[in-house]
Amino acid sequence: VTEALLFKDIDEPGLATLDVFAKRGGYESLRRALATTPEDVLAQLEASGLRGRGGAGFAMGKKVSFLPKGTIDKYLVCNADESEPGTFKDRELMQKSPHMLIEGIVIASYAAGAERSFIYIRGEYVHQADVLDAALAEATAAGYIGENILGSGHSLSLVVHRGAGAYICGEETGLLDSLEGKRGNPRLKPPFPANQGLYQGPTLINNVETLATVPAIIRLGGENYAKLGTETSKGTKLVSVSGHVQRPGNYEIELGTPSREIIYGLAGGPPEGREVKCWFPGGSSSPVLKQEDLDLPYDFDAMAKAGSMLGSGAIIVVDDSTPILDVALKVAKFYRHESCGKCTPCREGTNWTVKMLERIDAGTATPMDIEIMASVQEHIIGNCLCVLGDAMAMPIGSLIAKFRDEFEEHIEQARARNDLGVAHAAA
Amino acid sequence: MNPELRADIEAHMALYPDSRSAALPALEAAQRVHGWCSPEAIEEVAEVMGVTPAYLAAVATFYDMLETEPVGKHSIYVCTNISCSLRGADDLYAAVRDAAGDDPDFNVRSFECLGACDIAPMASVDGVFVGPLTPEDVPRLLDDTRAGRPVLPDKQLSTRLVADPNANSREFPAHAVEEGTQ
Repeated sequence: VTEALLFKDIDEPGLATLDVFAKRGGYESLRRALATTPEDVLAQLEASGLRGRGGAGFAMGKKVSFLPKGTIDKYLVCNADESEPGTFKDRELMQKSPHMLIEGIVIASYAAGAERSFIYIRGEYVHQADVLDAALAEATAAGYIGENILGSGHSLSLVVHRGAGAYICGEETGLLDSLEGKRGNPRLKPPFPANQGLYQGPTLINNVETLATVPAIIRLGGENYAKLGTETSKGTKLVSVSGHVQRPGNYEIELGTPSREIIYGLAGGPPEGREVKCWFPGGSSSPVLKQEDLDLPYDFDAMAKAGSMLGSGAIIVVDDSTPILDVALKVAKFYRHESCGKCTPCREGTNWTVKMLERIDAGTATPMDIEIMASVQEHIIGNCLCVLGDAMAMPIGSLIAKFRDEFEEHIEQARARNDLGVAHAAA
Repeated sequence: MNPELRADIEAHMALYPDSRSAALPALEAAQRVHGWCSPEAIEEVAEVMGVTPAYLAAVATFYDMLETEPVGKHSIYVCTNISCSLRGADDLYAAVRDAAGDDPDFNVRSFECLGACDIAPMASVDGVFVGPLTPEDVPRLLDDTRAGRPVLPDKQLSTRLVADPNANSREFPAHAVEEGTQ
């Protein structure tokens, strides 16, 4: 395991204050970045190979380079609406090291030429938003936020904007609508936010962890950062491990670490006497993997090749004591609740899937229903404005494909239970 | 209307290039004063922001934390999403509901993933994250909340260390997922 970058001093008492953060080298990267040109900073970001840590894994440097040049009003938005089930890494960073995020935001805004920035934090993170507000006040007083930062000529305002509870606002265009004071409905893309985002202006949107990594990239240099990790997955990553493991929590790993080492070595594996039945490698919207996939390196490409995705870096472990139908029902109900209702395949598909799973459990389904349910998933994927529907269809589709026998068994057992009930009532 | 609320909303409006961006913080501020996004609360926000009440009502209904019905003053959100359910959240939610009964001071809800699966199963009590919880913790949780004391101080997330490998470990029951409660 490499030296931690994001979690290096994470438990240091008072790290959330400017005083302690500065003693640990805080805002040195900002000074260094502002002493160079925005083009130089962008070149470091591109050289680092950093891919977005929010779920899609898009190259951050490339995203910055998509923003038009010139004096037009540009925006930077930090996506802190961490809501993907199983994900809690951004919460840890914001709570324990808020200045690291703010420093990353200022550096990224310099590279992108943005003079207004916002942190859109989910409303449930009350404590974390308070911590950020306090850190923002300190950073403003110290001159890291405001006009002509450290004499560089670069100016930046920053507002901590609290959401009010809606998973879909983690989707970048839903987030923008919400930040504009509307219902958080996703927008049709293109245009992409880099061209037309917040208030129709060019907007850079990045996840908390992505932006918090920027100071480390400047400190190490993009090329040195790129030596960490694998060929296509550079650097370190925060992984949130939860569910049936003995030590759930956030761990910083070098990308490419064997998944088994994370689940068993760091998180302790399932309790004594139990085995991994399946695991979600990247939050509840990622297709599940099984025990035979545990030796795969944990990185973007290996997860994609295995038919899943690294997503937000949230590993949810399910052990062999859990019926797979219960897992499917929990996942499907969540996406039904969170569908904004704008696109038919998502709105109806999530609802139908829940109803069919309930029928299976109630003993009124037939094996043919499994086919129908699988085909419903296929008809959702790629047919909506955003990927919320896909986020249900992918894991449900994978659960059906990988645990078909268990679904069939569940149908038979529930039907048999029903028949017994009827026979008993008749007698 | 309450002059402090007006000032609060106006301060939020001033933060954005387009004052309409203040809709969520303004509705939250009004909810704190009125207890929920009542028609009066929405009218007041609309008047200050210069938008229609219908616009704000449409916004309020979209978000889980904006209450469009009267609710108890203490909100208890029990996470019942997948990671918490795997560790007994459905039993916990049932225990909180039973114990709170019909006490009008409590707004007990099952909630989507609150981003604290490391302390699963957990709850957010008036915004304070506590866990891991068992049904046995519930009476103390409600007592602390009623009395206005810090809720379950030994179980608050804010004091937990990242690097302590055993910070979040505890016994949990086999097959804890129950038929959905969301």
